[in-house]
Amino acid sequence: MAGAKEIRTKIKSVQNTAKITKAMEMVAASKMRRAQDRMHAARPYAEKIKKVVGHLGSAHPEYKHPFLLERPLKKVGLVVVTTDRGLCGGLNINLFKRALTELEKWEQHQIKFEAVTIGGKGLSFFKRLGVNIIAEASHLGDTPEITDIIGPVQAMLQEYEDGEIDAIYLISNHFVNTMTQQADITQLVPVEPATDEALAHHWDYIYEPDSKEVLDSLLDRYIESLVYKAVVENVACEMAARMIAMKSATDNAGELIKELQLIYNKERQAAITQEISEIVGGAAAV
Amino acid sequence: MAMTIHVDIVSAEEQIFSGAAEMVYAPAVMGEVGIAPRHTPLISPLKPGEVRLDMGGGKEEFFFISGGILEVQPHVVTVLSDTAIRAHDLDEAAALEAKKRAEDALHDQMSDIEIAKARAEIAAAAAQIAAIQKLKIKR
Repeated sequence: MAGAKEIRTKIKSVQNTAKITKAMEMVAASKMRRAQDRMHAARPYAEKIKKVVGHLGSAHPEYKHPFLLERPLKKVGLVVVTTDRGLCGGLNINLFKRALTELEKWEQHQIKFEAVTIGGKGLSFFKRLGVNIIAEASHLGDTPEITDIIGPVQAMLQEYEDGEIDAIYLISNHFVNTMTQQADITQLVPVEPATDEALAHHWDYIYEPDSKEVLDSLLDRYIESLVYKAVVENVACEMAARMIAMKSATDNAGELIKELQLIYNKERQAAITQEISEIVGGAAAV
Repeated sequence: MAMTIHVDIVSAEEQIFSGAAEMVYAPAVMGEVGIAPRHTPLISPLKPGEVRLDMGGGKEEFFFISGGILEVQPHVVTVLSDTAIRAHDLDEAAALEAKKRAEDALHDQMSDIEIAKARAEIAAAAAQIAAIQKLKIKR
């Protein structure tokens, strides 16, 4: 019965693993709901600021902000939003794949690139790739705050203002639904002016103190709000992906336990049968 | 009933207030401004301070903001409030800090990947040694 005991131990250990994955699944599910709430809470600000920037971008104020001007691309900056922790399925891997196709494209056009990473996974991946990382932020936790991302975003914007880089892209996960997350790349700078029906009749704001100062503070905040939105969305994606990954792990553990149980039963039956036949054999010999 | 203007106070992290008011007072960088309904379109950065809403009937609401942007259209006032205290120097300091973190991470030989890599190398070396010792014993 040595085999049977081994199988029993194995079943126990699989059961323990299943308990852990089940717990992680439930934790991720509740965190996902909260992350989604935060995602929705951030929406009014983002929409409002987008509207205002869209208006400013095409209202032709006398001052042209560098963030609104297109330049020929020689070097681009990439803001990469990833998770800090693993065990969330293919979430980060898919994002890296998407990033790599983009990097290849740039390489073909002889465009240099550098990165700002938000999240530990992105940092280690881009470090291994040998991409120049100019700033990073990680360990933001489940409730990222806008103060956490001001630093890295400002670092990249400074590079842009100094003329080091000619465009900034943001690559992050888009929360489609609980089952689907999609890696998306968007252009942050130069800001693409949104088309707005209100622009049909040309009116302009009174700028106080002047358009330059207003635009400066507005565009910084706009870009930060976009990155913040991506970071919050990424948390929701992480939790959703982890929930799904842990659910399938729990299911697989259940299957495994079933199979092991079957083998264990067979083994036990074989041992009993053998014992009986030995006894019968022994009795016949007497 | 007096005329009202719709007011939205939002921060990047949440919606703080949404409703109608008769008058809005906000701490613009050039000095406090009072916005009445049908004000001409205006846009201005805000200083840290108090946004005061006159709700009519002597009722008032106060919101503290640590800076932000005020956008006025004839029937809508939007306060895009900052959640962080902003100043050029502070932003620059934050940027420098983020840069430094990246540099540290790049130069830090003991980061997680390096440790994992080193462990793998040690394991490979240990396996080699074990194999060599086995061969020696056989001879």
